[in-house]
Amino acid sequence: MSLNLEPYTSKSLMEQFFTQLTNGLAVGGIYALIALGYTMVYGVLKLINFAHGDLFTIGAYLGLTLLASFHLADHLGVATALFVLALMVMGLVGIIGILLDRVAYKPLRTSPRLSAVVSALGASIIFSNTIMLVFGPSPKVYPQGLLPTQVLYIFGLPIPIMRLLILLASIVMMIGLYVFIQKTKTGTAIRAAAIDQDAARLMGINVDRVIMLVFFIGPALGGVAGLMVGLHYGQINFTMGWIYGLKAFTAAILGGIGNIPGAMVGGLLLGVIESMGAAYISNAWKDAIAFFVLIVILIVRPTGLLGERVAEKI
Amino acid sequence: MIDLRMIIYAAVSVCWLVAPLFLGNYHTDVLNNIAIYALLGLSLNIILGYGGMFHMGHAAFFAIGAYATAIINTSYGIPVLWLLPLSGILAGVFALVVARPIIHLRGDYLLIVTIGMVEIVRIALVNNVFGLTGGANGIFGIASPTIFGHQINGIVNPKHYFYLLTAFLAFTITVFYLLEHSRFGRALKFLSSDSVAAEGSGIDTSGYKLAAFVIGAFWAGMVGNLYAGKITFISPESFSFWESVVMFMIVILGGAGSIPGVLLGAFLIIGLPEYFHGLQQYRLLIFGFALVAMMIFRPQGILPPKQHTYATDNASEKKVSS
Repeated sequence: MSLNLEPYTSKSLMEQFFTQLTNGLAVGGIYALIALGYTMVYGVLKLINFAHGDLFTIGAYLGLTLLASFHLADHLGVATALFVLALMVMGLVGIIGILLDRVAYKPLRTSPRLSAVVSALGASIIFSNTIMLVFGPSPKVYPQGLLPTQVLYIFGLPIPIMRLLILLASIVMMIGLYVFIQKTKTGTAIRAAAIDQDAARLMGINVDRVIMLVFFIGPALGGVAGLMVGLHYGQINFTMGWIYGLKAFTAAILGGIGNIPGAMVGGLLLGVIESMGAAYISNAWKDAIAFFVLIVILIVRPTGLLGERVAEKI
Repeated sequence: MIDLRMIIYAAVSVCWLVAPLFLGNYHTDVLNNIAIYALLGLSLNIILGYGGMFHMGHAAFFAIGAYATAIINTSYGIPVLWLLPLSGILAGVFALVVARPIIHLRGDYLLIVTIGMVEIVRIALVNNVFGLTGGANGIFGIASPTIFGHQINGIVNPKHYFYLLTAFLAFTITVFYLLEHSRFGRALKFLSSDSVAAEGSGIDTSGYKLAAFVIGAFWAGMVGNLYAGKITFISPESFSFWESVVMFMIVILGGAGSIPGVLLGAFLIIGLPEYFHGLQQYRLLIFGFALVAMMIFRPQGILPPKQHTYATDNASEKKVSS
């Protein structure tokens, strides 16, 4: 009897491990999308955009509002509706990102860097409280059944289709961004501005336009990540931005801040670490895991996994 | 000539001292809260104002002081005020251990790490670490402080507690004023304005930064003791990340590095919303706008520190130049 039980147990352990892995990868994809916003802004402006997490929340709330008010799913069919919805959310949150930069950061370009950080904190407080005043303090629920809830079995291992879609969507967006940054002329301008703004200006690059673009793309990705969280978990609240934001920031640091592939790797890795830690170490400490990772990485290797070791400019 | 500033400070102090005589218990309690946050702001000011380190985890040190008091008082019955130094020391030791490896981090990184620290502490408290902290419910039944056999109950009689807090506030202001004008204070201000030049002038920058962290934490731990004695029950809710943000705003809006600025900041952020109840729900929104506007138009805060002037020996200077 005991001999018969063993393979079954090991299979179920394997299954459990795999469930945690897919869960971690789906969450990690979301972290990675948010982390891209941090890392792009940091790359060009050397500024940690503390309000980025709240742009993510705005994305989630905007997604819910647009979905409910236009009855998109009834008119277009679920797949097209979600695609249109994602584009709308990206566009709107991107515009809010540009406005944020104009109002809160642009006047502080020449100030000490920490003034901009305080301003970012103020902006974050403004955003989260505006959401609370508009939508109320209680959590909001996304309509259910938009994403398939079936589970796919590959070699007997369960893969929920929803998680697969979330992961695929984030990977497609990340690859799109990577190609855009690496292959297009505008992308080259962004990279040039990140390396040396003054030199980029001398080469005829409109750095202000680059900054505007970065403040569109980053928040757009963060906003769509908010939409994904709403669709995936079904429930959103006005304070979720800061915890997701902090974790995504950890992911950006983990991969090496300023480094776009780093944010992707860091996000996926952090998602998996967190999910495994919650399952195998302690679920109650789940939210602390990311912070431990953050502290350890900043002490041991502040440049992150893929970051280049550069001498600190003094 | 009498300095106008001095007259204003004296007038404000007198108003503060007599205020409870004209106020009810509720409004005296508001003053007590202002005093608590003024103390926390002053202790954070050592780190953030003088030291220029962006530290947003001050609630962690406050929590350690409060929990140390609560745990020892409820299990061993040691009077609350006797635990005042111990609460400070425990918070200081914690700061020493935690800050040592992160002290060299650049401004915005330090900010993130300290946020991580305060969250880990909060999660530890909620998870009832070592079975001591009472989990999410916190700890009940902390004794009120007693002085010469006279019990000072912060809930029943906030006016008595007001004078206890005011005495400690006066002591704190004196100590921190002396600190600001000491060799230590000057070194901190120097290294926060130009750490390379400070290092070049032979100032042990990381040593001074660490000392500032430990002193700030020590003081926050003592304030935690007084807070626990005041409300007699504590829970992790009182020490969230937002408490750290409030302390941070008090220092930045009031004027980083300025004792009167921090006191004004505490009054504006803790006191003012109590008098405008209609605006209560817009409170944080207004503070958010204030932070952004302040950074753009007046980054040094409402009452920035007075520029220190040093008497120069003109005669000797002339000799050198001629």
